[in-house]
Amino acid sequence: MLRYLIEKEFKQTFRNAFIPKMILAFPFMVLLVFPWATNQEIKNINVTVIDRDHSAWSKRLSEKIGASTYFNLAGYADSNDEGMITVEDGKADMLLDIPPDFEKNLVNRGETSIMISANAVNIMKGGLGSGYMNAIVQDFAGEIRAEIIPASGKTGLPLIQVIPQGRFNVFLDYKVFMIPALIVILMTLLCGFLPALNIVSEKEIGTIEQINVTPVRKFSFILGKLIPYWVIGLFVFTLTLGLSALIYGLVPQGNLLTIYLSVLVYITTVSGLGLLISNYSSTMQQAMFVIFFFLIIFILISGLFTPISSMPHWAQVFTYFNPLRYFIEIMRMTFLKGSGFMDIWRQLAALAACAFVLDGWALISYRKSH
Amino acid sequence: MKDDVTIINCQLINKAQALKDVSFEVKKGEIFGLIGPDGAGKTTLFRILTSLISADSGQATVDGLDVATDFRELRKHIGYMPGRFSLYQDLSVEENLQFFATIFNTTVEENYYLIQDIYKQIEPFKRRRAGKLSGGMKQKLALSCALIHKPVVLFLDEPTTGVDPVSRKEFWEMLKKLKTEGVTIVVSTPYMDEAQLCDRIALIQHGKILSVETPEKIIAGFPKKLYQAHSENNYLLLLEVRKNPEVKSAFMSGEYLHIVFNGEADETVPNLKEIGPSIEDCFVYLIEN
Repeated sequence: MLRYLIEKEFKQTFRNAFIPKMILAFPFMVLLVFPWATNQEIKNINVTVIDRDHSAWSKRLSEKIGASTYFNLAGYADSNDEGMITVEDGKADMLLDIPPDFEKNLVNRGETSIMISANAVNIMKGGLGSGYMNAIVQDFAGEIRAEIIPASGKTGLPLIQVIPQGRFNVFLDYKVFMIPALIVILMTLLCGFLPALNIVSEKEIGTIEQINVTPVRKFSFILGKLIPYWVIGLFVFTLTLGLSALIYGLVPQGNLLTIYLSVLVYITTVSGLGLLISNYSSTMQQAMFVIFFFLIIFILISGLFTPISSMPHWAQVFTYFNPLRYFIEIMRMTFLKGSGFMDIWRQLAALAACAFVLDGWALISYRKSH
Repeated sequence: MKDDVTIINCQLINKAQALKDVSFEVKKGEIFGLIGPDGAGKTTLFRILTSLISADSGQATVDGLDVATDFRELRKHIGYMPGRFSLYQDLSVEENLQFFATIFNTTVEENYYLIQDIYKQIEPFKRRRAGKLSGGMKQKLALSCALIHKPVVLFLDEPTTGVDPVSRKEFWEMLKKLKTEGVTIVVSTPYMDEAQLCDRIALIQHGKILSVETPEKIIAGFPKKLYQAHSENNYLLLLEVRKNPEVKSAFMSGEYLHIVFNGEADETVPNLKEIGPSIEDCFVYLIEN
């Protein structure tokens, strides 16, 4: 019985003019486009330099900034007001104001100050930009100190140089960080929301009535709906693994079995969520709206873009109920750190609990709807 | 199952669905018609009898099985064709039939004799997707799918609504043939002319059954004399006739006015002529009284 239901589902899916193409297009989008688009590294910040010193060192500082991949020298201005105009016109994002006597003060007094102003309309760009700029200026200061001290014959203060080292993602590549998490979104759509819409569409067209008067058990009907998407989900997951290895050389560090086990647990979780939505909606429009609602909230509090630890406490509490959160953690841990089963069992247990609640609720509400 | 009786009693639904007091029996092997206007509660009644929804109170058995408690077993014994086409539009004619045969644990071949006459007409298009069929062909396919497991009782909810007159006639021919195969058929329709084709009919209005009889007996039970009349402007005539205190009821039926008088006929009404009542006349009379 179940076999025929599944067979029918596959036939319908592949006969659909749209869905099979989407199923294939999704992983390619997720791998080829999204990781670049969601990149949060800030590059190409335009800087206007207000050099009021016109000395060798002030020139050296502006050249050093221009040479960095993060900054472009947008131009020079003579006064702060003139510099602000370039910001207002959108030609520059930051101002570097070097005061008169910059070099003189450095040499004589060993200290001076410069002003960095950043356009903070885009907080990300403004914040990170000032950070980068600060680092470059510090570096510059270090260089100068190294030059001055031996020349003056003084024994200076010890110089501490910080060399950061990225572990698990050596080049701090944002794509490596994003891909495992984006796969989670992909699986959510394929195994959670697609079957939900499928079931609601049977409701809307009325075919579910025709099935309901046959001896087909509701349980078989639902399984017949879910299994094809589980199969498709696992296929697409495998495809994504292959593609990410091929394109980015990103190979999961952890055990593949652990990863697939987590995928299975996650699939049953989101399927439950999808079923729940399909139980409570009688039209596609309702279902779509509810799905958007959940998808947006789940993504925003999943730690996909922003770290959960920096959210306010109440928002962190919300994330405990978000299956996406756990799966994204699992995926990042297994992919990048090579975490094994013992490292991720807490997240896995939380996922299983979500699955239990969602599936159970779906099952009970499904009975009632009869 | 006692004495050839297939369907017994069903009662009360309140709330949104407007079934008030419904009670009737259907005998094995008959064509039983549920006749009533839109919103009379026909579809609700069908959905209860096919176990899709449950009644607020009351009981109903189909083929000896309680629709509320034995619905699992019941579903093997009934065929249901909803008013709206509810087969898979993206599967072909053949695949739909195959699918419904397999989920009923049977094969197309096993009961092919039952649907042969119907299916033969759509067989040339068997590779076409169901969604691309014409209205009449869709209906034939739906009937084939509802019959493929050889149901004891076949429920047809307004099968001829929106179907052209020729196809409607054909469809009733098919039902007659099915009857000879021993299938009990419960069919609903808003068309009074189709009532005559049933063995027995139940007139239903506002969730209440007005009468359950053979069409002949319902007509014979018409208590008054019925007259027809017509003039150049039937509408004006109708308004005028209704003002007449002698007139019990008057309504339009096609080109004529049908009039029932309280006592003797008023001969001043133009072109007055006594006629035999139709089911429609009986239905209108029952509603008004």
